[in-house]
Amino acid sequence: MEAFTTHTGRAVPLRRGNVDTDQIIPAHWLKKVTRDGFEDGLFEAWRKDPEFVLNRPERQGATVLVAGPDFGTGSSREHAVWALQNYGFKAVISSRFADIFRGNSLKNGLLTVVLPQETVDRLWELTEADPTAEITVDLVERKVTAPGVEVGFDLDENARWRLLEGLDDISITLRHEEDIAAYEAKRPSYKPRTLPV
Amino acid sequence: MGRTLAEKVWDDHVVRRAEGEPDLLYIDLHLLHEVTSPQAFDGLRKSGRRVRRTDLTIATEDHNTPTIDIDKPIADPVSRTQLETLRKNCADFGVRLHPLGDVEQGVVHVVGPQLGLTQPGMTVVCGDSHTSTHGAFGALAFGIGTSQVEHVLATQTLPMAPFKTMAITVDGELPEGVTAKDLILAIIARIGTGGGQGYVIEYRGSAIEKLSMEARMTICNMSIEAGARAGMIAPDETTFAYLKDREHAPKGADWDAAVEYWRTLRTDADAVFDHEVVIDAAELAPFVTWGTNPGQGAPLSASVPDPDSFTDPSEKLAAAKALEYMGLEPGKPLREIAVDTVFVGSCTNGRIEDLRSAAAVLKDRRVADGVRMLVVPGSVRVALQAVEEGLDKVFTEAGAEWRHAGCSMCLGMNPDQLKPGERAASTSNRNFEGRQGKGGRTHLVSPQVAAATAVLGRLASPADLSDATELAGV
Ligand code: SF4
Repeated sequence: MEAFTTHTGRAVPLRRGNVDTDQIIPAHWLKKVTRDGFEDGLFEAWRKDPEFVLNRPERQGATVLVAGPDFGTGSSREHAVWALQNYGFKAVISSRFADIFRGNSLKNGLLTVVLPQETVDRLWELTEADPTAEITVDLVERKVTAPGVEVGFDLDENARWRLLEGLDDISITLRHEEDIAAYEAKRPSYKPRTLPV
Repeated sequence: MGRTLAEKVWDDHVVRRAEGEPDLLYIDLHLLHEVTSPQAFDGLRKSGRRVRRTDLTIATEDHNTPTIDIDKPIADPVSRTQLETLRKNCADFGVRLHPLGDVEQGVVHVVGPQLGLTQPGMTVVCGDSHTSTHGAFGALAFGIGTSQVEHVLATQTLPMAPFKTMAITVDGELPEGVTAKDLILAIIARIGTGGGQGYVIEYRGSAIEKLSMEARMTICNMSIEAGARAGMIAPDETTFAYLKDREHAPKGADWDAAVEYWRTLRTDADAVFDHEVVIDAAELAPFVTWGTNPGQGAPLSASVPDPDSFTDPSEKLAAAKALEYMGLEPGKPLREIAVDTVFVGSCTNGRIEDLRSAAAVLKDRRVADGVRMLVVPGSVRVALQAVEEGLDKVFTEAGAEWRHAGCSMCLGMNPDQLKPGERAASTSNRNFEGRQGKGGRTHLVSPQVAAATAVLGRLASPADLSDATELAGV
């Protein structure tokens, strides 16, 4: 997983609350057998409307999603996180995330930042008025800055450390590779193998 | 203080224990199939990782495979892609695969034990909830999600949250005609579909000790339907006899060393379980489900319950919803429920013993007019054994369809599905809405009840058959 220290990019203001994972990536996309290629499924139903914010030319290349409260509710599908990442988002800001979605996002290196709703409102106004306005999400300093906005955010220390180091679950386990090898060296010879040795 | 069987197996697999962190457990056997593995392999590829222990990993094709015309290309593009992806992934990463058409192909939970790969005291995982099946050997076996599949592929370990222990003791003699399936359905009805949540269940007692390995697998298989993390049965002479001389069972001095260890895998006399349930085997009867979760079951001699008879408001609501979906009226005797379809198969009841007991009931009888009966062996080996014993003939002569091995109608990912409104007696493990096809209605039953039901066209046990023939004057 890619390390996250600080990121600066243009924003997509998404003025909707309670966006569930089925809206983020509809169920029929789950038949895919890869972890990428979900970008076209992101908010698929809404994107049929040419006026939908993601379709606006001035939003192309934006990397920070500023969403309404209760983002990521519903089914636990990890594909929702993949879809946001495949599309190019590096961070999502909201005043409240669904727990499982938040867990999935941090595990996959998508930074979800919780800010008070007034700040989210200000970021919406700001980025709607000026599509070129940039938002900086700084994980080192744990703060979000934008023209006229500077606000700190909380993130538990373990999740922050993992993001800063770019460590996924597997990398963390592999830091204990020696323990695994030591265990393997002691495994009894009668334990079965699936392949001839 | 003494330890339970589950705790012993757990302790023997701790790679790393640290304050405030889940234990890192070593995994002895990782089973793969086409549905839950593709993104795990893709993740490995993206991060440039390899499979750490291909020699502890094995894959089969089961969920999507057709049970007829297996030599023709698979029509459904999603199924085809999943199978092709598994083949490519196994080839790329060096994982042993038994594809459709191979003699070792079959439902992953049937294949592992029959190869002798599932042994006492092991940790076994698979991206599939019915991995609990393997607990019948005294292994700690649990289903995992796709990101955990990737974790095991890459590290052969898994960080695991601690579990609670539950003992379900079944003493006494099972009455004639009562099988392991009836027993587990009765247990789930008693403790509820959430009753096992957070627990590893150990089944014990004299009635369990008398069961064959196949029957024990049926019980452990459905532990997950009680919400449990896993189910286990302590290994004994029955277990050792089943394993002896199987392809991957230890040989020579290894066998002796293994058996010596396996004999230690029993719950200590002074061990304490977090929860205990006691069941009298003699009180059990053939059991069937009437609702849309495996806990909504009753003895075959009972009637469809009245939702108002439930005191718990959520159970009442669930029962009312279930009856509406199932198209059943309260008070209707279960024996009067007519079915269109009978399915014998799945990792619950698709092993040779299951086919034998269904065939014994069907011998010299016929499947009722208008009833479709599908017999789907759990693996190719089971199918070959059945053919050798002439069971396939018994089925086809009775008017049933003898199919190729796979999951088939257990979940209808292949073309074997119920049509909307169709009703099945099924030896599988889940009667959820739409599980066997959109709008399909499922009654979970034992293989014997399935066969008797096929003959009479309504839910029945073998004991009903002689009466029925007399009444019809045949
Ligand atoms: S037979 Fe049914 S329960 Fe068993 S693995 Fe296949 S789909 Fe799952």
